[in-house]
Amino acid sequence: MTTNEIHERLKAKFGDDVGPLSEPKVDAFAVVKAERIVEICRHLKTTPGLDFDYLEDVTAIDWPKRNVIEVVYIAISLQHRHIIKLKVEADRANPTVPSIVGVWKAANWLEREVYDLFGVTFTGHPDLRRIMLPDDWVGHPLRKDYQEAGGWHGISNERENPLVELKRLDDQRRAEHAATHPPAAAPPPAAAPAPAEPPKA
Amino acid sequence: MDKLILRRVDQNSEEMILNFGPQHPSTHGVINFLVQTDGEVIRTAVPDVGYLHRGIEKIGEIVGYPGFMPYTDRVDYVAAMFANEGYAIACERLLKLEVPVRAQYLRAVSCELCRIASHLVSVGTMTMDIGAFTPMLHGIRERETINDLIEELCGARLTYNYHRIGGVAFDMPEGWRDKVLAFLDHFDTFLKEFDRLISFNEVYVKRLANVAVISRDWAIDYGLAGPNLRGSGVDWDIRRDLPYGAYPNFKFEIPVGKGFVGQPGDSFDRYYCKVLEMGESSKIVRQALESMPEGEVIAKVPRKPKPEAGEASGRVESARGEIAYFVVSDGTDKAYRVRARTGSFMAMGICEDASPGLMIADLVALIASLDVVAPEIDR
Repeated sequence: MTTNEIHERLKAKFGDDVGPLSEPKVDAFAVVKAERIVEICRHLKTTPGLDFDYLEDVTAIDWPKRNVIEVVYIAISLQHRHIIKLKVEADRANPTVPSIVGVWKAANWLEREVYDLFGVTFTGHPDLRRIMLPDDWVGHPLRKDYQEAGGWHGISNERENPLVELKRLDDQRRAEHAATHPPAAAPPPAAAPAPAEPPKA
Repeated sequence: MDKLILRRVDQNSEEMILNFGPQHPSTHGVINFLVQTDGEVIRTAVPDVGYLHRGIEKIGEIVGYPGFMPYTDRVDYVAAMFANEGYAIACERLLKLEVPVRAQYLRAVSCELCRIASHLVSVGTMTMDIGAFTPMLHGIRERETINDLIEELCGARLTYNYHRIGGVAFDMPEGWRDKVLAFLDHFDTFLKEFDRLISFNEVYVKRLANVAVISRDWAIDYGLAGPNLRGSGVDWDIRRDLPYGAYPNFKFEIPVGKGFVGQPGDSFDRYYCKVLEMGESSKIVRQALESMPEGEVIAKVPRKPKPEAGEASGRVESARGEIAYFVVSDGTDKAYRVRARTGSFMAMGICEDASPGLMIADLVALIASLDVVAPEIDR
């Protein structure tokens, strides 16, 4: 089934809660209402003809300008070999989306990753905690406005540019060289005072 | 994390908590398992990942489109070619580029060689985890030849950076085709030798048959990918079912687990699917080399590509299952968002639910047969 046909079937069942299909920018998607995402996913999985049994991905995109975080769901039907991409928009200040772990178990770890890196809370998730970062990490790195806190438990996340170190070594060697080879450098200073004297006199 | 699991333990029983990893040789990288055991039997094994998280997706937003290619190598360094291809396909779809046919064939050749190399490491280390040392040396020996061949092709042995947006970096060097064909002739006999050496060894089969069975429904529900999915009896391969590149031109079988020595979906099925897949990859490389057309190896691509705003996925069948790169563009010369969905991450997600009831030594068989690579989990 093409994406258009799948979208029409969803539209027929859920009406205006399923938004229009995006103009084909390579991969088309539809934005759906957050409250109904679980229902829609279950419908996708269990309806004969759709049979989306395989959840490929749950991820997110941060859009600070529009003040939303989009949670992206991509599902595949292994039987019919068709793909659907749905999106849910959540408010950036307090992004909350219902969890779809009850529909596909694959969503468990995928939603934990989105929670960890974007700070989206999935209500109804059985085990929502950070997965990549330590439990006491502050902030969500994949947000566009994320600022590094400057280290974690005394481990710095900054280091000097290696070129600075190289330049310092270079300067040091040059100074040592100058110290051990004074005769070459000595004559010009000795000559310099001589012409400086006549104006005084 | 450890407090969390401790809360679940009944303090008055004989149960204990065991830290399996993060520096354990059979966890295949830096992964930690918090194993709650009752004697030798596992009650639950909770994976704790993230030790190798390098923020590769964030790096993708900072470097330009072509600049991210070397980073994709570091996602899965045992099978780096596939990550290259997945990212290249996603970017090509965004840029609406047509890839030259010769480049597609070269991609297929390089990827299938890489698949053989990756599976050799996988089955080799798996036999070592189970307790047989020699097969690993045999596997690594064959992989060495492939590494040499790929080094001649692209100059690198591990992190290839061979594919480019719009094609591949270099054409085949002179005489390379014959070297590959000579290697494949040798390799086909090696596979038979490997089967005689270990695959159907009685002790090995007893350690793996009917151990850590993952049913067909579970495999699909948990989103397993690649040989793990096929080991559970699901006939699904991106190369055939959502074809890309030159793959529609080749004839090859897709090995599916059907209980070769035990029941479908056990550790042996996942292992043996990989052994059979190596033979199929060898077939594909032969066909590709025989029917390779002449022509350019890379399309005309601007130095700083600026795709129109939009989003595209690039799916390829990696050695560890489906790699899907999801690239979002906002019309500038840097990606707005890069996302890599990997097979190892999905495979780790099932460990907590697949482990109860296993013996501790069988947990090693489960992890080895799932063939996880730590940097691919953590990215």
